[in-house]
Amino acid sequence: MSHGDDHDHSHEPITADAEAPVAARVQALADLLVEKGVVSREDIRRGIDWLVSRSPSDGARLVARAWVDDAFKERLLEDARSAALELDLDPGPAPVVVALENTADVHHLVVCTLCSCYPRALLGPPPDWYKSLPYRSRAVSDPRGVLREFGVELGEDTELRVVDSTADMRYLVVPRRPDGTEHLDEDGLAQLVTRDSMIGVAQPGAA
Amino acid sequence: MRFAAGQAVRVSARSHPGHHRTPGYVKGKRGIVERAHVGEFTNPETRAYDDDGTPELRLYLVRFDQTELWPGYAGAEEDYLLTDVFEHWLEEDA
Amino acid sequence: MERAVHDRGGSPTDAPIDRTEHDLADWELTMDALVGALGETGLMNVDELRRGIESMPREEYETATYYERWLFAAEKILGEKGILAPGELDLRVAT
Repeated sequence: MSHGDDHDHSHEPITADAEAPVAARVQALADLLVEKGVVSREDIRRGIDWLVSRSPSDGARLVARAWVDDAFKERLLEDARSAALELDLDPGPAPVVVALENTADVHHLVVCTLCSCYPRALLGPPPDWYKSLPYRSRAVSDPRGVLREFGVELGEDTELRVVDSTADMRYLVVPRRPDGTEHLDEDGLAQLVTRDSMIGVAQPGAA
Repeated sequence: MRFAAGQAVRVSARSHPGHHRTPGYVKGKRGIVERAHVGEFTNPETRAYDDDGTPELRLYLVRFDQTELWPGYAGAEEDYLLTDVFEHWLEEDA
Repeated sequence: MERAVHDRGGSPTDAPIDRTEHDLADWELTMDALVGALGETGLMNVDELRRGIESMPREEYETATYYERWLFAAEKILGEKGILAPGELDLRVAT
């Protein structure tokens, strides 16, 4: 998926992939629950529309604003949920959203070892690897090894802080602004902020 | 609120057969409270069983030295891990 | 102390992290939205979803895909609450 692209997901009606038994089973479950009046087609439609509308570009806007506006950055670090609302972004249903600032000396990495907690409203659905058993296992016990696998080598003098998201808080990394980006405006900076840099497995793009 | 930022705590090592959100690898481990989250939060241990999850509980972001969590940890001495732990899973650490 | 199936932090593994990504299939989007809708009506909250997933036998948990786990949990919880009768979904799928 090209994250951030607008795909037109027209599904009238919602069709199941005929080849996958699980697809048919999910469709049957949906049909049954609608027939029983437990949920409505509209509820399901709304949920799908919301999920497909989510992309990392919202998170990127938060980061880019923080890069150009120190006062906003302080508000973001204090309460990311409110900061998102300030920019008319949907922070999602989590009661608390926390932004973790990477600096010259500190790098953050986010994981949910118990399931897949992730700031979907601001980053879109999580990638498969984030939900995978190896990532959930090693991001906490061997985070530098994981970063190496993703092509990131941290210096010995950089503190690596792993955040295991176990409760109602959602965590988002604010990566460091790359060098040589002084000429870019906020939109240009937002283009550099990738989903992976907001999880902590990558640095933002070069200018 | 039982604990304050900077306070030394230890995660209970008790076994809890039902649903709970304290990862095994921090049970029995010593940490420092990084922050007390503002507000109170429904209890997943009861809410997972057709219950409203009240009374709500305090949650703390607790930090742990990676070298204390993992024997042979391959990283920097100063690396640490943070995770959210419910108040009833924490004890003051002497 | 043996860990529950979902409690994966630090569990021994030599597996590399497979970075292949896939677009969510229609059925996965539907499953996600269904769980959201059940949450909104109060019929199954996220803690119950997780509890349902955690009750999967280990081998099934480890081989199921992400939304297959959600389906397992939804069937279990809805069955517990009598919203789905035993075998009802099997019958619907078969017809």
